Amino acid sequence: MNFGLIIQIAILNLFVQNFVIARFLGLCPFIGQSDDKKKALGMGVAVTFVMTLASFVTYLLFAYVLKPNSWFLTTFFGTIAEDGLVDVLKTASYILVIASLVQFVEMFLKRHVPALYRAMGIYLALITTNCAVLGVALLNTTDATMEMNLLTAVLQGFFAGLGFTLVMLLMAGIRERLQYLNVPRCMKGAPIAFLCTGLMALAFLGFAGMAN
Amino acid sequence: MPTCREEFSKGIIKGNPIFVLMLGLCPTLATTTSVKNAFAMGLAASAVLICSNVIVSAFRRFIPKAVRIPCFIVVIASFVTIVDMVMKGFFWEQSKSLSIFIPLIVVNCIILGRAEAFAYKSSVLRSLLDGAGAGLGFTLALMLVGTIREVLGAGTFWGYPIYLDSFSRPVYVPMTGLVLAPGAFIVLGLLMAFFRHLGNRRRRPDLREVTFE
Repeated sequence: MNFGLIIQIAILNLFVQNFVIARFLGLCPFIGQSDDKKKALGMGVAVTFVMTLASFVTYLLFAYVLKPNSWFLTTFFGTIAEDGLVDVLKTASYILVIASLVQFVEMFLKRHVPALYRAMGIYLALITTNCAVLGVALLNTTDATMEMNLLTAVLQGFFAGLGFTLVMLLMAGIRERLQYLNVPRCMKGAPIAFLCTGLMALAFLGFAGMAN
Repeated sequence: MPTCREEFSKGIIKGNPIFVLMLGLCPTLATTTSVKNAFAMGLAASAVLICSNVIVSAFRRFIPKAVRIPCFIVVIASFVTIVDMVMKGFFWEQSKSLSIFIPLIVVNCIILGRAEAFAYKSSVLRSLLDGAGAGLGFTLALMLVGTIREVLGAGTFWGYPIYLDSFSRPVYVPMTGLVLAPGAFIVLGLLMAFFRHLGNRRRRPDLREVTFE
């Protein structure tokens, strides 16, 4: 594993292809939870945690079960091993695996790490149907733009989560200040938040050249 | 009890999924770079919404309350897979340009929301109408955003160039920023503010009555 690749994945997912700003994933929690910094941080940490875990699990599922000629299919279902199950089962299996993973993590934390559970427990339940988590699973496996292995998949999940947290915190900072400004009535809340995000996206376009 | 017509029409303007309820925002921003993409996305999501509403409502007596959400997700995921495969089979180009947003219909809050809030408690016909109405509202909203972004940002509509002079040369320099990410956020923010303003104006007479009495 070379160090350059890690840096490349980090910069790509934090700035150039940021999940919220450039790929439009995970907007519901981004708009819904970014009105104060504490909430934003809690949500960000929980999303990063789940995205990293989900990347790990879904990559294994893809490589060893769904892919054509994978270990599972050749061992148990030789007749369909050639075709694989990617098209048929990817959506359903990913979402079920992610949902049960989140449920499992929630139970585990509640029982064994109560402090961590108090910090991000309430956000975990919301994350199951967050498109950023399913999005990173798809971008790691079927819709990947480069050759992926388990390590790059997990790294992409982790840095994508960090990118989400970064934008979330920036937005929370902006919105805390917006509360003291005289915003037109019809613009209060989500519309002005979208306009600010638009300006932020304009600034993030400046990172586009850093991809190489 | 509301009439069937009301069930259908409530999702289009009064309860528009995007501008009023603010659900399903990710595809709204990502797939509205052109009207064609927006229309395809709207149609795909509506198909899943209608089918899942009908199935959930038909099986509502057999789905135990404790495990209803996983059941809904399985139903929705099956229809998303069907739609994904149909798109790949018959509209390959379109499915390429929508990329991961077709499988991501499965986590679209509109669909799970309608299953949970409406279809699980209502008859099949009403669920069908509700799904069709919300789907139409979603499609129209997507196409509105898509039209603004494509006409102003690329100078085309449905891929055909507009603003031509009599020698069919373009006379307008498109604002490319509107097709890129910042334009998506700004257009949606402004449209949301506009619809909220309309809603406020419609409600104003009621407020006045309350204060005077």
